[in-house]
Amino acid sequence: MRPIAPLGRRRVAVTAVDDVGAYRVLRVADRSGPLPAAGQFYMLATVQRWGGGGDERPYLPRAFSFLSAGDGELRFMFEDVGPGTHRLGELVAGDELWITGPLGAGFRPPGDHRRALLAGGGIGIPPLAAWASELGSRPLALLGFRDGEHAAGAALIEDQARVRVATDDGSLGHHGLVTELLAAELARDGRCVVYSCGPPRMLEAVRALCAEHDVPAQLALEAGMACGFGACYGCVVALRDGGYARLCVDGPVLDAERLQPLAEDAH
Amino acid sequence: MIDFCGLQLDHPIVNGSGTFDAIAARRAFGDALLADFPFSAFVSKTITLAPRAGNPPPRLWEAPAGMINSIGLPNRGLQGYLEHDLPQLAELPVALITNVMGSTVDEVAQLVEAVGARDEVAAIELNVSCPNVETGLDIGADPLSLAALVRAVRPLARKPLIVKLTPNTADVAAVAVAAESEGADAVSLVNTLRAMALDPHGGGAWLGGGAGGLSGPAIRNVALAQVAAVARRVSIPIIAMGGVAAGSHANDLLCVGAALVAVGTENFRDPCAGSRIAAELKSLQIAGSPSSSMNAS
Repeated sequence: MRPIAPLGRRRVAVTAVDDVGAYRVLRVADRSGPLPAAGQFYMLATVQRWGGGGDERPYLPRAFSFLSAGDGELRFMFEDVGPGTHRLGELVAGDELWITGPLGAGFRPPGDHRRALLAGGGIGIPPLAAWASELGSRPLALLGFRDGEHAAGAALIEDQARVRVATDDGSLGHHGLVTELLAAELARDGRCVVYSCGPPRMLEAVRALCAEHDVPAQLALEAGMACGFGACYGCVVALRDGGYARLCVDGPVLDAERLQPLAEDAH
Repeated sequence: MIDFCGLQLDHPIVNGSGTFDAIAARRAFGDALLADFPFSAFVSKTITLAPRAGNPPPRLWEAPAGMINSIGLPNRGLQGYLEHDLPQLAELPVALITNVMGSTVDEVAQLVEAVGARDEVAAIELNVSCPNVETGLDIGADPLSLAALVRAVRPLARKPLIVKLTPNTADVAAVAVAAESEGADAVSLVNTLRAMALDPHGGGAWLGGGAGGLSGPAIRNVALAQVAAVARRVSIPIIAMGGVAAGSHANDLLCVGAALVAVGTENFRDPCAGSRIAAELKSLQIAGSPSSSMNAS
C-alpha cells in the first residue's frame, strides 16, 4: 500500500534552503503528513507571491519528488530553470509553502534475486536517493551530469549508494554519458532491475538500453502537471499497448516495458 | 439547503466538469475525501459514446494567471462509465450530475437515454462545445443547432437537463435562450475560451491537440460578463464558472444572477478549493456584503 496523502493542501514552513553545487535543497517542516515512499512526489507552491514572476507566472503548483524525509522534515532538490523554481529559490527559513502529498506510486523492490542498479542524473537524483535509502543496501548508482558544478549534486546520494559519476565535459569521473557506464554494467552483470530518473533524453536512452539487454527498468517520469491527484489529465505518457497513463496517479514510476519511446520535449 | 432543479444541495459550490476526478482523488486521499467532500454536487467529466484516449501530450500550458488545456476528453465511453465509473461515483456523499457529449443528435440521444435511466444520476449536463459534423460549427455556438439538439433529447430523460454553454460564440445569451425555449432546466457557463500557445523552441503549436481552452483567473471577468448577459435573458437557473478562486468571486457570480457556482482550475491548485470557497462565501453572506471584490485602490 502506498502512503496516502492527507486530504487537501497544507501550510508548512521552510526550515532552510541550502546550495549544493548548481542545485538547491529546500527543507520544510511537515509534522502532519505520513512518511512518503521513494518515488512519490508533492505539489509545491509558495503561500506568498506564487505568481507575478516572468510572464506573470507561476500559477500552478509544481511537482517534486522528495529527496529525503524524516524527523518531521521533507527535503526537495531543484534547479532554477523557470518561474516556479525561480520563486522557490527566493525562499528563506520561515517562509511558507502549500504542499499536497505524498502523491503517486513509487519504486517497487527488484525481487527475483536481482540486484538494484540505479542510473540517472541531473535533477533526477531525488527519487534515486530516496530509493537507495529505502533499500538500505548501498546499491550502485551511476549518475550523469552536465559538468562539475552539477556533479556536486552527487553528494546528496553518496551516503546511501556507491556512486560512479559521468560528466558531459569530463570535469569529473567518466567523460561521456551515464548510459555508457550503464551499458558496461549491464554487460558485466545483467541480473538487475534498473531504477532511473533524469532528463527525458537520458531516460529514453536508459529505456532503450534496458529493452535491448532485456533488463527490467522502473522509470521515474516527469510531465507538465497541473494538479498531482488525477484531476487535470495533463501529465500523460503514451503506453505501448495504446492509450495513455497519468503520471500522477498511475506513476510517476512506471515499468519501462509499458512505455512507448519517450518524447524529448515532454516537459 | 439550496433547491436546484429539485436537487437539495448543502451549499452553492459544485465543480466544473473535467476539473476534478473523484475516483482518482479517492486513490490519492483515501476515504477522507468522502467524509469532507468539497462540492455540494459532483459533475462528472464528459462521457462520450465510444471510449476516447484523449489528445497526445503536451496537454497543458501555463498562461499568465491561468492555463490552456488540450486534454481531448479521455473517458471510458458510455459502457465503461456505466459499468466502471458509476458504481464508484454513486458512493460519493453528494448528488451526481453526469456530463455527456456527442457529435450527432443521435449520439447525444443515446447518451441521455442511457445515463438518464440510471438512479445514481441526479441530473444530466450536455457538453455542446463539440463541432456539428454537418456544419463544422460548434453545436453550442449556434442557437438553431442547439435548439434542435435540446428539442430532440429533452423528452428522453426525466431528469434535470443542464446545457453547458461555450463562450466561443458571438452571442452566448441567444444560445441560452434557445436552450431554455426547448425545455432545458438550467444552463452552465462558461466553458474554456479557445486559446493557443507556441512552442518556445519553435516548430508551431505547443499543445499536442493544436489549440486548447484557457481557464483560470485570466477569464474571471469575461465569465462574469457572460453570466450577467445570460441572466438578463433567461429565467432558468444558471451554474456559473470561470476563474473562481475565492468566496468573493463566487459571490460576484451569484450577484449577477447565478444559482450555483462551479470551481474549476482552482481545484488543481487546492484540492479542497470547493469547501474553502463555500466557507468563504458563507461568511461573506453572513456579513451581508453585496459584492466583495475590493478594487478600490
